[in-house]
Amino acid sequence: MNNTDTMTDGPSRPGRFAEFWSYFSENRGAIVGLVVFVAFIFIAILADFIAPHSPTQQYREALLQPPMWLEGGTSQFILGTDAVGRDLLSRLIHGARFSFFIGLVVVVISAGSGVLIGLIAGFAGGWVDTLIMRLMDILLAFPSLLLALVMVAILGPSLTNAMIAIAIVLQPHYVRLTRAAVLQELPKDYVTSARVVGARRVRLMFVTVLPNCMAPIIVQAALSFSTAILDAAALGFLGLGAQPPTPEWGTMLADSREFVLRAWWVVTFPGLAILINVLAINLMGDGLRDALDPKLKRS
Amino acid sequence: MLGFILRRLGTFIPTFIGVSIVSFLFIRLLPGDPILLMAGERGMSDARYAELMTQFGFDRPLLVQYWDYLTGILRGDLGLSFKTKLPVWDEFFALFPATLELSLCAIVFAVLIGIPAGIVAAVNRGKWPDQALMSTALVGFSMPIFWWALLLIILFSGMLGWTPVSGRISLMFFFPTDTGFMLIDSFRSGQAGAFASAVEHLILPTIVLGTIPLAVIARQTRSAMLEVLSEDYVRTARAKGLSPFRVNGLHALRNALIPVITVIGLSVGTLMAGAILTETIFSWPGIGKWMVEGISSRDYTAVQGGLLMIAVIVMVVNLIVDVLYGFINPKIRQ
Repeated sequence: MNNTDTMTDGPSRPGRFAEFWSYFSENRGAIVGLVVFVAFIFIAILADFIAPHSPTQQYREALLQPPMWLEGGTSQFILGTDAVGRDLLSRLIHGARFSFFIGLVVVVISAGSGVLIGLIAGFAGGWVDTLIMRLMDILLAFPSLLLALVMVAILGPSLTNAMIAIAIVLQPHYVRLTRAAVLQELPKDYVTSARVVGARRVRLMFVTVLPNCMAPIIVQAALSFSTAILDAAALGFLGLGAQPPTPEWGTMLADSREFVLRAWWVVTFPGLAILINVLAINLMGDGLRDALDPKLKRS
Repeated sequence: MLGFILRRLGTFIPTFIGVSIVSFLFIRLLPGDPILLMAGERGMSDARYAELMTQFGFDRPLLVQYWDYLTGILRGDLGLSFKTKLPVWDEFFALFPATLELSLCAIVFAVLIGIPAGIVAAVNRGKWPDQALMSTALVGFSMPIFWWALLLIILFSGMLGWTPVSGRISLMFFFPTDTGFMLIDSFRSGQAGAFASAVEHLILPTIVLGTIPLAVIARQTRSAMLEVLSEDYVRTARAKGLSPFRVNGLHALRNALIPVITVIGLSVGTLMAGAILTETIFSWPGIGKWMVEGISSRDYTAVQGGLLMIAVIVMVVNLIVDVLYGFINPKIRQ
C-alpha cells in the first residue's frame, strides 16, 4: 500500500501545475495573451493611481481635442478628449475595471449555476435529466444577444441587469459540458469504488467526479469571459447596458457614434481596448484548451 | 432514416412549445401593466382601458391566453403591434427579406473567403501562411462588430468616400419591391444605376456581418482538413502520384466539408444576433433594427413576435442541418 503511494505521489513526478505550465508555455500566443490580460488586471486595480485625470471631469475648454501626436493635441490629454471634454485615456483606464468586473461576475454566476445544474442532470438521470436538458435546449434556441436584449428589456437597462442576462444566456453551455463530462466519468472504476466504499452522493458529485470534469469547464470559462465582455459592450452600445456617464467601453462607443466622421479617436480607442482585451483572453483560452485537454487539441 | 427524423422532430416540438411559452411570458413578465405602458404619460380613460384589455385579451385567464397565443401562431397570427396597430406577422415578413438578403450575402462572403483560407492554412500547417491566417481569424473571432462597422465607415465612407453610410439603396430610386430583395428588385427595375447603388449599400454591412462567421469557418475548415489529410486514403492518393491540387481539392476537401457545412448551418444564430447590431448601425430596415426599435419604443407585441419568429427560424435551420447531417453521415443516426 505504502509502496504504491510513493510511486504515484513521489517527488519524481512533476506536479500538476508544472505539467500544465509546460504545455501552456509552449504556445507563444497563449503567453502573450496571459501577459496582456495580467496587464489589464493591474490597470483595472490601479486605475485611480494611473489615470491622469478623473474619468468624469469635463474640461470645457478642450472639447473633442485630438490625441497628443496630432495637430491641436496636447500632452495634457494623451489620447485626446471626448465631446464633453473628458480625458479619453482616463476613461479607458477606468473602463478596464468594468470590463474585468463584467467578465468575472458573469463567469462566476454562469459557471457556478451551470456546473451545479449539469451535475444534478448527470447524476439524477431519468426525467430530471430530460427536463433540465429540454429547458437548456429552449434557452439555446434563442440567439444569445437577442435573449439578453429581451431580458434587459424586462429587467430595465443597467449594467447589473445586463450581467444577469448574459450570465443566464451563457449558462446552458456549462450545463451541457458538465453533464456530458459526468456521464463519461460515471461508469469508470474509481467512481464505482468510491461508491462501494460508501461515499455519499454529494461527496461523489463534488469531490470524486467534479475535479475530473474540470478541463472543458475551465476552457469554457475563458471563452465565456470574452463573450461576456463582448456582449456587455454590445448591450452598452445599444443603450441597454451600462448607462452614461459610466466609462464602460461599449457605452463610450455609443456616446461617440455621432462623431464618427469628425473625431475618429473617440470611436477608435474604446473599440481597440475591447478588441485587445477579448483577443488576449481568446489567445489564453486556446492555450488552456491545448494544455488541459489533449483530446480537444486543434491540430 | 425515418426513425432518425422522427426522433429529431420529437425534440423539436417540445422545444417549440417551450420557446412559445418564453415569448408568451415575455409581455406578462414586464414590470407594469402593458396596456398602461401603451398609453404612455397621458394615461387613458377607464372605458378605453377596458376596451384595450379585451382587444389584446389580457382580461382572460392566463392559460386561455396562452392557448389563444399558441393557436394564433399556427394560423400566422402574432397579434397587433402596440405602436402601429398592424398585424405583427405582416410587419415581420415585410422586413424579413432585408435581413435575409443581408445574411445570405454575409454567409456567401464568409464561405468564399473562409474555406480557401482554411485550406491554405491546413496545407501549410505550421508555416507562416498558416500562422498569419489563423492569427487574423482569431482577431476576426474576437472582433466587436459594432466597432468594426464604425471603423469601416470612417475609412470607406469618411476618408475615401466610396460607400454610403446607411440604408439599402439611394433615395433617388423608386421602383416596386416585389421580391423584397433589393438586388433582384433593383435589377428588374431596369433603372440606370439602381443595381449599382444597391450593391454599394450592401458592401459594408456584408463585411461586418460576415466577419465572425468567416473566422469560424476558416478555423473549422483548417481543423477538418488537418484531420482528413492524415487519413490513409489521402496518403494513398498522394502515393498514386496525384497532383497536390487533386489530393487537397478533390479527395480531402470533399470530406472535410461535411463538418464545415454543419458550422455554416449552425451560424444562423450568430447571423441573427449580428444582424441586430449591423442593421442598427447601417440603418438597414430589417428585423434586427425593428427589434431594437421595438424595445426602445416599448412596442412589446412586436418584440414578442420577433423573438418567437427568430427562435423558430434558428430551430428550423438547425433541424434541417441535423437531418442533412444524418443523411450524409449514417453514424449520427444512432
